[in-house]
Amino acid sequence: MSLILILIPILAAVAILMGGKAKSLATGAAALNLILGLGSVFSWNHGVWDLSLQVLSKPSIHLALGFYDGMSVIMVILSVLVLFTAVMSGKCPEGREKLWYSSILLIGAGALGAFLSTDLFFFYAFHELALIPTFLMIGMLGSGERKEAAWKITIYLSLGSIILLAGLIWLVAASGSETWLFKDLLASSIDAETQSGIAALLIIGFGILISLFPFHSWAAPAYASAPAPVAMLHAGVLKKFGLYGLIRLYPMVSIGMQDWLGWLIVLLLGNILWVGFVTINQKRLDMMLGNSSVMHMGYIFLAFAALVQAGSSEANPLAIPAAVVLMFAHGISIALLFMLTDTIRRKTGTVELAELGGLAKAAPRLAFLFGLGAMASIGLPGLANFSGEVLVFLSGFNGYTGNGLGCVQIATILALWGVVISAVYMLRAYRQTFQGPSVAHTNSDHVKDFGPFCQIPAAILAIALLVVGIYPNSLLHLLKKEPAPSLETEQASN
Amino acid sequence: MSSYLLEIIVLIGGLVLLLIEAFISPKQKFKVAYTGIFILGIALFCLFFAKKGFSTENTELTRFYAFDSLAVFFKGFTIVATILALLLSLEYRKTLSKFTANPDSEDGTGEYYCLFLFACAGMMWMASAKDLVSIFVALELTTITSYILVGFMRRNVGSLEAGVKFLILGALSTGFLVYGIAWIYGATGTTDLALIGDQITEKNSTYLLFGLALILISLAFKVGAVPMHLWIPDVYQGAPTPTTAFLSIASKASGFVIMIRVIEPFLDSELGSKVAFILAVLAGATILLGNLAAIPQTNFKRLLAYSSIANAGFILMPLAAWNAGNDLTSKEVVAFYLAIYLIMTFAAFFILVVIHRNTGSDDISAFEGLGQRHPVLALMTAIIIGALAGLPLTAGFWGKFLAFKMAVTGGLWVPVVLGFIGVAAGFYYYFQIIRAMYWRNSLDESPIKISPLSLNIIAVLTVIVVILGIWPQPVYWLVGG
Repeated sequence: MSLILILIPILAAVAILMGGKAKSLATGAAALNLILGLGSVFSWNHGVWDLSLQVLSKPSIHLALGFYDGMSVIMVILSVLVLFTAVMSGKCPEGREKLWYSSILLIGAGALGAFLSTDLFFFYAFHELALIPTFLMIGMLGSGERKEAAWKITIYLSLGSIILLAGLIWLVAASGSETWLFKDLLASSIDAETQSGIAALLIIGFGILISLFPFHSWAAPAYASAPAPVAMLHAGVLKKFGLYGLIRLYPMVSIGMQDWLGWLIVLLLGNILWVGFVTINQKRLDMMLGNSSVMHMGYIFLAFAALVQAGSSEANPLAIPAAVVLMFAHGISIALLFMLTDTIRRKTGTVELAELGGLAKAAPRLAFLFGLGAMASIGLPGLANFSGEVLVFLSGFNGYTGNGLGCVQIATILALWGVVISAVYMLRAYRQTFQGPSVAHTNSDHVKDFGPFCQIPAAILAIALLVVGIYPNSLLHLLKKEPAPSLETEQASN
Repeated sequence: MSSYLLEIIVLIGGLVLLLIEAFISPKQKFKVAYTGIFILGIALFCLFFAKKGFSTENTELTRFYAFDSLAVFFKGFTIVATILALLLSLEYRKTLSKFTANPDSEDGTGEYYCLFLFACAGMMWMASAKDLVSIFVALELTTITSYILVGFMRRNVGSLEAGVKFLILGALSTGFLVYGIAWIYGATGTTDLALIGDQITEKNSTYLLFGLALILISLAFKVGAVPMHLWIPDVYQGAPTPTTAFLSIASKASGFVIMIRVIEPFLDSELGSKVAFILAVLAGATILLGNLAAIPQTNFKRLLAYSSIANAGFILMPLAAWNAGNDLTSKEVVAFYLAIYLIMTFAAFFILVVIHRNTGSDDISAFEGLGQRHPVLALMTAIIIGALAGLPLTAGFWGKFLAFKMAVTGGLWVPVVLGFIGVAAGFYYYFQIIRAMYWRNSLDESPIKISPLSLNIIAVLTVIVVILGIWPQPVYWLVGG
């Protein structure tokens, strides 16, 4: 069944390349995916979604799809939400509809494939499938210094993927597992010394993909010059691949990760504080958002560091839910902000903060939605990011029994400062863009507010932020369920 | 029925074709190629559908001639490669005819097609050769034919220069081979590789290793590995493109079969670790050199030449991590890698010929604006280039994946690290093509003309690359593992 979720966008992309009606096909496919994806919440742990085909016998690799646990469900919901809104947002240049829509769909298919894979190999491979159209779109249809940005992201992410692949091959070889299926891998064990080396490769490999400091410099320019849907999909969904992978594989290298805890803390503080200050200094709205997205990865890493310090998800039961909720919240909020920034660019012709001002008078609905996204990003209570960030900070101290403050606890205290930093840059950007006197290209003669149709995607994302913000249990209850219902039935029958 | 009838079909077919060719009018020369393809088709049919009917028993040749799954696979491989090379020659014949005795008529292109059949017969024999003498004879049949194929455009300075370089270095490598065989024969008193394996002792190991090193140098020439890689870029660039494709695929593959046959008894003996160490050094050096030297290239044909060196390095890796056990064996990985390499490299050469016919240039800059000039061809090129770079979900990934897996299992850490550096470099230089196609615009906006034959072949090869990318198991069926 899960194959359908991946096949719908791929087949739609092929149909578009063959000459089908690009926009309606893409919207239809994304809408169908949205319905199926949201529907999967109710049925994900009934075997209907599972699929396993052996594609290679030596080594044994399966095209295995399905919802491995609640984390996969949440990431799939994030993917279908952002995919649907990405298809509907942004403005395709004349005559490039085929490339535009098929690329968006392929990126979405790759992301869904990665999160639905229950085989390590296809988990990796689908992510690569999503990267290629990302590179092409930035290079061909981006804005500003698109070629430099595209070349940079290509080199960085390819390098990251290769380092990651080295780590994964080593991981599987060291585990002695017969297959590449998650369930077999996670059931095997690796001796402590080997774990350390594998953990280092995984941190660097996934780290580059997540834009962990100091491997983050590709992110902001790429997002700034990427077409809006690509920025939404990459910053919102694809980047979460790395964190998802780290959390998924963590049990296999839990001892090895301990060796790198100190480094991890330093790097994630680099993300939160260093990149935070860099963000304050940005003069353009899109660059600011790109940097803020890099900065917020630091919080998720903080939850991961808390997990590493505790040693297992049993010792710190808050860490994984914290990371997952924040991944979801950040994905939705950054997608919303990138979408609206693109709207501002198209309506006013600029995203230089100095050239904007007073947009709220001409476009109140746009101002409201952007404000909502900005507030979410800061972490205002009632919005999804708040639930995530609070959980992250709580997880920093959860289950800690040492004397005095440990490194994770000190990092948590320092990371709280990040909330102030995000408030500074987000509020300043909001004031610069929407408040104050209007200038020539932002007054109501020149700028029209959102039409009702354009509001739909933004409204969907805003509602998602509110729902998770007010009732975070909507996500958390998915993470609490036992991942293997078949196990329970077996026990019951015994 | 004796299995060497397969070689006889191809060889006699080639000879008869050469005789008939003399009586065909210049305009009809292309029919020679089609007849050649037909002959090879028969051989391929016999190979796959009458495999069980063949045997080597009760023939005088048993001592020299093996008909195992390795031989069957590489015979099929050679025939398919030759068929594709002939099809490529058909597409290339306009360029070829410019440099014959009678320019712009196809007079004098007929022999070119026949030569492929002789080379094919030699390579088919190489796939079965299991005695140092038969290895030498089969290798020479192929090599001498290749000299002519490389220098065929004798009124073109590039082709001529390539031919001379190839001849001189080829003769040198033959010298190494004979000298190596002499040492091994001297130490063991036999040229039968199976018997040599039993004769390896501590006492004669020095002589044997010296002889083996000489043979390995000569085979490095054949497969394009360090230290005999220097001829590759110049010869590949200067030779007619079908010859280049043939050399970089069929010739490399038969070099590897022979390498497997020669090193197998040594790797299974007590000298195994020493031989494996030599191979690991060769693999690491070849990967590093091939990939790093490819980075600054601006000519696509030359880029493919360096990529061919780099791939030789990747194929050496599983051999260095020798495993003959019942799990994934080194032989299977090599065969698997080469099968996929054949598909993607031939597709790349077909694309090159199409681009060359339209723009008159082999440079990477000739690909500029292809995204607009022919979107379908650009998409297929992107997939093939992605496969060459080793992107997941394309066939090219699996070859590298298995090679790396083998090396990691065998604990060859230095070659593995160098290999990953090589793959990263590969992303850089292969993606230059994609960058040129999509991110740059060409001054010439006219659409690219492509013959239906080329378009169909490229499309079929691309589809195979994608299907095998998701489902590589069929390659194992061919490999017979």
